[in-house]
Amino acid sequence: MPKYETPMLDELENGPWPSFISGIKRLRDEHPEKRINEVCGSLLGQLEHSYETRKGYWKGGTVSVFGYGGGIIPRFSEVGDAFPESKEFHTLRVQPPAGNYYSTDMLRQLADSWEKHGSGLITFHGQTGNIMFIGTDTDGTQHFFDEINEYGWDLGGAGPCVRTGMSCVGAARCEQSCCNEHAIHRHLLNNFTDDVHRPALPYKFKFKISGCPNDCQNAIERSDFAVIGTWRDDMVINQDEVKAFVEKKGRDYVIDNVTSRCPTNCMTLNEDNTLTVDNSNCVRCMHCLNVMPKALSPGNDRGVTILIGGKRTLKIGDLMGTVVIPFKKLETAEDYESLVEFAEEVIDFWAENGLEHERCGEMIERIGLVNFLEGVGVDVDPHMINNPRQCSYVRTDGWDEEAEKWFARKAEEAAG
Amino acid sequence: MALEEMRQPIESGCPDGFQYMHPTMRRNYGLWDYHENVKPGVLLHVAKSGEKIWTIKVGTQRILDVFSLRTLCDIGDKYAEGYIRFTLRSNIEYVVTDEAKVDPLIKAIEDAGFVVGGTANSVTTLSHTQGWLHCDIPGTDASGVVKSMMDELIDEFKNCNMPNRVHITTSCCQINCGGQGDIAINVQHTKPPKINHDQVANVCERPSVVARCPVAAIRPAMVNGKPSLEVDEKKCICCGACFPPCPPMQINDAEHTKLAIWVGGNHSNARGKPTFQKLVAAGIPNNPPRWPEATAIVKRILKEYKAGAKDWERINEWIERIGWPRFFEVTGLPFTKYHVDNWRGARASLNASTHIRF
Repeated sequence: MPKYETPMLDELENGPWPSFISGIKRLRDEHPEKRINEVCGSLLGQLEHSYETRKGYWKGGTVSVFGYGGGIIPRFSEVGDAFPESKEFHTLRVQPPAGNYYSTDMLRQLADSWEKHGSGLITFHGQTGNIMFIGTDTDGTQHFFDEINEYGWDLGGAGPCVRTGMSCVGAARCEQSCCNEHAIHRHLLNNFTDDVHRPALPYKFKFKISGCPNDCQNAIERSDFAVIGTWRDDMVINQDEVKAFVEKKGRDYVIDNVTSRCPTNCMTLNEDNTLTVDNSNCVRCMHCLNVMPKALSPGNDRGVTILIGGKRTLKIGDLMGTVVIPFKKLETAEDYESLVEFAEEVIDFWAENGLEHERCGEMIERIGLVNFLEGVGVDVDPHMINNPRQCSYVRTDGWDEEAEKWFARKAEEAAG
Repeated sequence: MALEEMRQPIESGCPDGFQYMHPTMRRNYGLWDYHENVKPGVLLHVAKSGEKIWTIKVGTQRILDVFSLRTLCDIGDKYAEGYIRFTLRSNIEYVVTDEAKVDPLIKAIEDAGFVVGGTANSVTTLSHTQGWLHCDIPGTDASGVVKSMMDELIDEFKNCNMPNRVHITTSCCQINCGGQGDIAINVQHTKPPKINHDQVANVCERPSVVARCPVAAIRPAMVNGKPSLEVDEKKCICCGACFPPCPPMQINDAEHTKLAIWVGGNHSNARGKPTFQKLVAAGIPNNPPRWPEATAIVKRILKEYKAGAKDWERINEWIERIGWPRFFEVTGLPFTKYHVDNWRGARASLNASTHIRF
């Protein structure tokens, strides 16, 4: 007979989808370590209490490991008297490898360490992208971190700091990848380890990297600094594969699902079942490449677009990132260095000018994009907007000077 | 422990993933040519070198106990090639380089109680937030909601019968984590916070709490002779932003914390620009352990989307084509004054044209 009964949670053991409740019960009933049996039994007791009363009972606090200020989500139970074995139930946020790759050997090693010091519950991964080692007390937090830190694992961000980054499967297994997500992810994150471990920024700051505009990583909507792979020359067309596709699917299918779905109408299906593309009007939306991955591929002059300021609701409402760098090559060591320098510019400017608990995108909304661009040293560019201003409430007495700057930049570009 | 005995951390940051990557993926990094959807749950990627790799995608309970994790590792060692990747939505991906290994791997996964699917035009695993299991501010559970819904949607996970992929998300509070989804099931509070005035001065940094409110409804006040905070309940939008910095301002309520359903969030740039999700249903009971009312609405929306959308249309594109009046008509959901936005920028969401479907 378990110490705490769980009639409501038991309902979640029914049905075909794997049950997390059954998993926690296995730790309660079958794990050789008595400490884990008791902690997981007590956890289930508190969770059942939440299900009965429709309330959460965890509170935060201050727990960290020696030398760091963040990385731990402290949890103390408000109903610890009733469920004492799990009254301290902290989570360690651990940074995964870029792209979330693991060998089974390494997963076993992490499981072995966690079993020694924690509850035996792990999540791959939390919403910010961390491995979540859920449930240990204050001592266990330090001991577990010390152990895994010795073999290559480090804490992620929690609190007002640079948060753990995320990147898509990318070049490791995707033909649409236009950049080295892995290198971008690690160059950016590992330049800011101090800002990850010691929260001292206005609020959270997230980097996310997607290898192409399909943005499988949700970078534009969910990160302060989104890096999206793209290309600027012509897409690559294998006309033989186009013909094979048209023969297999029929012309109607290709017209209905490829050419007429192009957002800028830049594709024509020719009479000989080849495709003509007006590349100067292609916006790199990815649709046709997604439908015909064998026939159509990204171009060869590849790089990234950077969007700044995406975030979820709190405080002013959800925001998408805004294009701030329309195109950047990322090939040489200098290219990567300048990417990291740009990220430093953005974070420094925001750290200086952001209000407490104000995300970077909210600051941009408050001060205007132009002030932000001037602050980080980026010139305005029409790729940054959907349309020019619609309202005449603006002072334009610097117009001639600004126009001159534009023509000077254009002349410089033309000169190469 | 004395300070000098404490171990200094090694600030190694984000680990190099190449050491944990399947050798075929490492060898062909950046050199893939195309992919095919072989069958539900199985992808084939072909490299320019001609090398091939099959990916088998697996749904799990996400909150993994070490037994389940070791079972997944055992399967990876015996039937795959010793590597596991996790997707953004916490699915597992095994990879094999021999087609003959695909079916035995699928059998081993299914025999162990996990589910193969979630690729291409399927309803993939709901993305979880934390919920009652571990969060400090949740209005509901996440793992329980996801388990309950996936039990009902499992056939859509195991098959690819949708017009395009469907991403569903959960969020246990109104404002923080959880992302944009084709369908989002999010907490929506309906009453202002209940304040424990005895505790506010001890626990909360009052100016920060005042600053946190999106509608400036909170002000400092003396209550029963103690410094506290009060809420202008006419202004309050019940978002719960004050609760995390000030736990005595309890926003969660067994009856008045409800669920809302939002649709049409789409992070991809394919065809159209990325879109935010829009509110379609609210006032849904937060009803553990199975949340049947929320699941029923999700299934109704999916049924109409499946029947009405054209190939490749995501939910937002389908609704854009048929129009919102038709969406409410076909799903049978009520259209109310709460659907009309009044937050900043709201006028851009109003119809300033005679484009009307009769």
